[in-house]
Amino acid sequence: TARIAPGTATAAAGSVADLLRASQLPPETLHQIRELCGAKRVGYFGPTQFYIALKLIAAAQSGLPVRIESIKCELPLPRFVMSKNDGEMRFGNPAELHGAKVQVPYLTTEKNSFKRMDDEDKQETQSPTMSPLASPPSSPPHYQRVPLSHGYSKLRSGTEQMHPAPYEARQPLVQSEGPSSGGPGTKPLRHQASLIRSFSVERELQDSNSSYPDEPWRITEEQREYYVNQFLSLQPDPSSFISGSVAKNFFTKSKLSIPELSYIWELSDVDCDGALTLSEFCAAFHLIVARKNGYPLPESLPPTLQPEYLQAAFPKPKRECALFDSYSESLPTNQQPRDLNWMEKTSVKDMADFPVPTQDVTDDDKQASKSTINEALPKDMSEDPATPKDSNSLKARPRSRSYSSTSIEEAMKRGEDPPTPPPRPQKTHSRASSLDLNKVFQPSVPATKSGLLPPPPALPPRPCPSQSEQASEAEVLPQLSRAPSQAAEGSPAKKDIPYSQPPSKPIRRKFRPENQATENQESSTTVSGPASVATVKPHPTVQKQSSKQKKAIQTAIRKNKEANAVLARLNSELQQQLKEVHQERIALENQLEQLRPVTVL
Amino acid sequence: MAVCVAVIAKENYPLYIRSTPTENELKFHYMVHTSLDVVDEKVSAMGKALVDQRELYLGLLYPTEDYKVYGYVTNSKVKFVMVVDSSNTALRDNEIRSMFRKLHNSYTDVMCNPFYNPGDRIQSSGNLGISLSCRAFDTMVTSMMIQVC
Repeated sequence: TARIAPGTATAAAGSVADLLRASQLPPETLHQIRELCGAKRVGYFGPTQFYIALKLIAAAQSGLPVRIESIKCELPLPRFVMSKNDGEMRFGNPAELHGAKVQVPYLTTEKNSFKRMDDEDKQETQSPTMSPLASPPSSPPHYQRVPLSHGYSKLRSGTEQMHPAPYEARQPLVQSEGPSSGGPGTKPLRHQASLIRSFSVERELQDSNSSYPDEPWRITEEQREYYVNQFLSLQPDPSSFISGSVAKNFFTKSKLSIPELSYIWELSDVDCDGALTLSEFCAAFHLIVARKNGYPLPESLPPTLQPEYLQAAFPKPKRECALFDSYSESLPTNQQPRDLNWMEKTSVKDMADFPVPTQDVTDDDKQASKSTINEALPKDMSEDPATPKDSNSLKARPRSRSYSSTSIEEAMKRGEDPPTPPPRPQKTHSRASSLDLNKVFQPSVPATKSGLLPPPPALPPRPCPSQSEQASEAEVLPQLSRAPSQAAEGSPAKKDIPYSQPPSKPIRRKFRPENQATENQESSTTVSGPASVATVKPHPTVQKQSSKQKKAIQTAIRKNKEANAVLARLNSELQQQLKEVHQERIALENQLEQLRPVTVL
Repeated sequence: MAVCVAVIAKENYPLYIRSTPTENELKFHYMVHTSLDVVDEKVSAMGKALVDQRELYLGLLYPTEDYKVYGYVTNSKVKFVMVVDSSNTALRDNEIRSMFRKLHNSYTDVMCNPFYNPGDRIQSSGNLGISLSCRAFDTMVTSMMIQVC
């Protein structure tokens, strides 16, 4: 309804208040929404704040926590109990929302706010929207350009719902159309969005107890998984406690101040026993995350963070949890290759016989299980007793690295990286290179070793055969991102690139000219752009058709599959051998027992 | 109805000391300080007997003209000293005991927080991140000063 705001630079506080009340949310939520959308900061409800507020209302009504990240999701439309209103609003991404300000001709679609796609509000908020741009809250400087017009073009049709994965689709368009003035407004949101990206794979959350007004303190499924993983990394038994000192060390890594951590502890340690149960730990972690995102700490523990609530909401046995985690971790972070997952799965089945690796697999660290698989295979050939220790130590090492150093710090410090970084490929890669697998498979499939590497290697006939694996990895990454029909893979590729960037940088440089030659207007320019930094090296064979690369990828995939099959077979064979050796050993020991009394006597 | 409550660390330095503001605080500080000797005396006397059966509540340490000083020691040699007004005859031993018990509970809550370093002052001043348990401790002491609990 046009009466509400659109024409004016600022919405009348009264009508906005009416609108907010009409949303039928509890007053605390409305208060939070009002704070979050920046109206307080600015002092008025400008269009920016207004849109954010509406988005937050939608989020709150669908049960999502009221915070900036929620409005990144695909949301149903907010419902307002107003006579004139159909309650249909279409909201694009808030980033798109902000971009609306800059892309003036597209503004019309932004104003779908309460209306039924009226065009009458077209001209209305063009200049006033510029002013609130400065007002959105500033946040840590993790900036990424947001391609806004992409979202817009969807909105313009006015009939489309938000595409389900706006970010994945937007990744390829990064920098192609990011207007600069949309920057300040979008940057904080973008930061939050990138932080939340790995948190919310599922956009819609079902919440049975929607009566709680403290939306920011609700833990999503993904967050819960992450917290549980962290708990298990500190304390393998999910039903026991994490002691105070262990928790202290862990939470200190979050770089919050000690008083704040102390406060958070006291909020979350409900039974005041100096130790954290799983639920208490999740609550504490959630509070830390919230604090890191700039939320003020509550005076008391919100009801959604109470241990009873958390226990009731998420009752999951450990095994299920861990296995699910290990797989779900692979989903949002598509960095891990499909074949790696397959290998994982087959080895999970095969590992059922192994006492030691089994427990590793059920742990949440996929890298650890991977490494134990690697270690177990060659070690089976040699010594069995050595396996447990080595695998455990191995498990400890990547775990400590990936969880303590990378996950927390990345989560806390670098907002652009997802808080659950998968095991770093270069680490597995370096470890894998020391394995016998190389010798086993090198003659057959030279690039099989890279089955442990994130992307499937393409095997183009390139020079540098010694680095063929890494080269192929680097090759495939831009290929993946470049393939126009695989726009969705652009985001995994993009995520791949930051992670595999360090080890493959020197190799990538060689392929950079080729990349540049082949990708001209491809939207993924930035994907390989930041990846390759160094000098350009002239390459003999430059021009490659994308279809050829696709074929190369497919051949690589096929080869990887074959390699996987071979590995699985080898695995089962080795296990057979192990069983036989076990039995022999038992038989021998029996014999020894029988013989010994005879000799003694 | 305490007029002064103090928590003394094992090394005999104060972790927390608070008195009703109307009075001369320094006087109370002196009183608490001198009471430490009495505490040590009692503890050592008891300790010679059976250490594990040592009573935590020490009882009346010494009476002065205006005040009575009570003491309590924890197993970790942290001492609680409470000064009450002599004119307040309604205060009985049991009440003092219960007050000390509450103090002890609040103190353990403070201790439970792993971010609290033993030996730090129990202060709830400062910006955000005030220790909740310190605040609770403070509130408890305040309530003790206002009324008998």
